[in-house]
Amino acid sequence: MSINVRIPTPLRKLTDGADEVAIEAANVGELIDNLEAAHAGLKERLCDEAGEIRRFVNVYVNDEDVRFLDGRKTTLKDGDEVSIVPAIAGGK
Amino acid sequence: MSESIVRALKCRECGQEYAIEPTHVCEFCFGPLEVAYDYEKLEGKFTRELIESRPQTMWRYKELLPIDGEPTVGAQNGFTPLVRAKNLEKVLGVKELYIKNDSVCYPTLSFKDRVVSVALSKAVEFGFKTVACASTGNLAGSVAANAAAAGLESYVFIPHDLEQGKVLGAGVFGTNIIGIKGKYDDVNRLCSEVAGKYGWAFVNVNVRPFYAEGSKSLGYEVMEQLGWKAPKHVVVPMASGSLCTKVDKSIKEFIKLGLVEDNGTAIYGAQATGCSPITKSVKDGTDMIHPVHADTIAKSLAIGNPADGYYANRVIKESGGWAEDISDDEVVAAMKLLAETEGIFAETAGGVTLGCAQKLIESGKLPRDESIVLCITGNGLKTIEAVADRITKPRIINASLKEFDVLAEADGVK
Repeated sequence: MSINVRIPTPLRKLTDGADEVAIEAANVGELIDNLEAAHAGLKERLCDEAGEIRRFVNVYVNDEDVRFLDGRKTTLKDGDEVSIVPAIAGGK
Repeated sequence: MSESIVRALKCRECGQEYAIEPTHVCEFCFGPLEVAYDYEKLEGKFTRELIESRPQTMWRYKELLPIDGEPTVGAQNGFTPLVRAKNLEKVLGVKELYIKNDSVCYPTLSFKDRVVSVALSKAVEFGFKTVACASTGNLAGSVAANAAAAGLESYVFIPHDLEQGKVLGAGVFGTNIIGIKGKYDDVNRLCSEVAGKYGWAFVNVNVRPFYAEGSKSLGYEVMEQLGWKAPKHVVVPMASGSLCTKVDKSIKEFIKLGLVEDNGTAIYGAQATGCSPITKSVKDGTDMIHPVHADTIAKSLAIGNPADGYYANRVIKESGGWAEDISDDEVVAAMKLLAETEGIFAETAGGVTLGCAQKLIESGKLPRDESIVLCITGNGLKTIEAVADRITKPRIINASLKEFDVLAEADGVK
C-alpha cells in the first residue's frame, strides 16, 4: 500500500528537500519504521526512546490526529494521506 | 537604544540554540523555540526611572522584547488600564481585586495587538512583505489592522463559523480572509503546512517565538501599575496556554532585573469546560495533555490541541496556582456580572476568566485577603451572539412625555 506522507520544513533536510514522499505501510507504526529505512534519522525525530510519537509531533491520517484514532496502530489503506506537523503553532 | 540583549532562539526541550531566524521548532526534537536573552547586559541600565520616562505604550519595555531598534509596527499598542474592581470585590467577597483591561487594547481591542506588534516588527526586520496567521478571530483582526497600517500584505485564516464581529473586524482592513471548513485546530494544521510552502511570516507559526514574547508586556504593565509590585495571584484565560507562560516569564524577568521583589506570584489558568485539556491535566495531576474536540461558545479559547499546554501546566503547578473550567452558561453569567459591576464588556474569554476566578474563590484555591489580578483579553462587542438573548431589550415607546410618565411610574421613579 502506497501512502503519501507530507514532510514538514524542519525534516526536509532528511528527505533531500522533498515535501512529500511515498511510503509502503499498513499502519502508522510501520510507516514510521519504513520512513526511517528510506530516510535515516527520521524516526528519532518523530518518536521518543520508547517508540512513542513525541509530545511535539502531530501525525494526521486524512486530516484526523492519530491521537484520536489508534495512535501508532492506526491502519492505513492505499491512497491515504499522512501529514507530519510540528505541534507548536497557534494560539494565545 | 542600547545593544540588543537577544542572544538566540533556544529549544525549550533540549536546549539547542539557533540563530535569530524565522523558525519555531527545534530541528532535533521538534520542541518549541523560545527567545533567550543575556539579561546581565541590562544590569544597572534598565531602571524604573527610564521606563517611567517613556511614552505609555508596551514599547516602554522594549529592551525585553525581541526586536532590533525601534518598533516599525504597532508603536502605539498596549498600556491598557489596570482597574481596581471595588464593586466586584464586594460581590466576590475579596479584599483586593484588579482587572487588567485589554478589552480596550489599541488598535483592535484585544491583547493580540501586543503579540502582533512584535511579530510584524520582526517580520519587517526579516524582510517579509506578506504576513499571515491562523486565528480564532482576535488575532485575525489584529494582524489585518496592523498589517494595513504598516503597508504589508496579509492573509488571515479562520474557522468558517466565527462570530460576525470577528469576521467583520478583520475583513474591514482589506485583508485576504480565508474561512476554513473546520475547527481552529484544523486551521492551525493547514497554516503549519501553508507556512512551510509559501514564503510568508505566519505570526503564530514561523515567527511564533517572537510573537509570543509580546504577551510579556501585559505582565510588565500590571507590575508597574501596581506600583512596581508583583501581584499575589493572576488569573489568565488559556487557549494554547502561551499567555500563562509569558505572564510568568514577565514576572521572573522583572525580579531578575531588580524591578520588583519576588512576591511568590501564583498563576491560575481558566478554560471553558467544552475545551479544557489544560485544566483537566492540572486537575488530574498529570503533565500529559490529551487533545479534545473543542465545543464551547468561548471560541477564542477553543484550541483542542494546545501548543503550550504542557508548559502552562508546569507554570501553574510550580507557581502554586491552579486551573479551573466553567460551563457556557456560567461564561455568559460572568460576562454580565463584569459588565454590570465594573462597566467592562469583555468577550466570552473574559467571562471564562471571571467565572473561573469565582469558582476558585469559592473553593478556597484563591484566598480572599490577597491581591488578585484578572486578565481580560478581548472585547464583548466582538462576541455579541453569546449574550444577545440574555440582555435587557429596549422598551419601545413613542416620543411622548405622557408615555414616558406611565413607564416611569411603573418603575416606581418619583
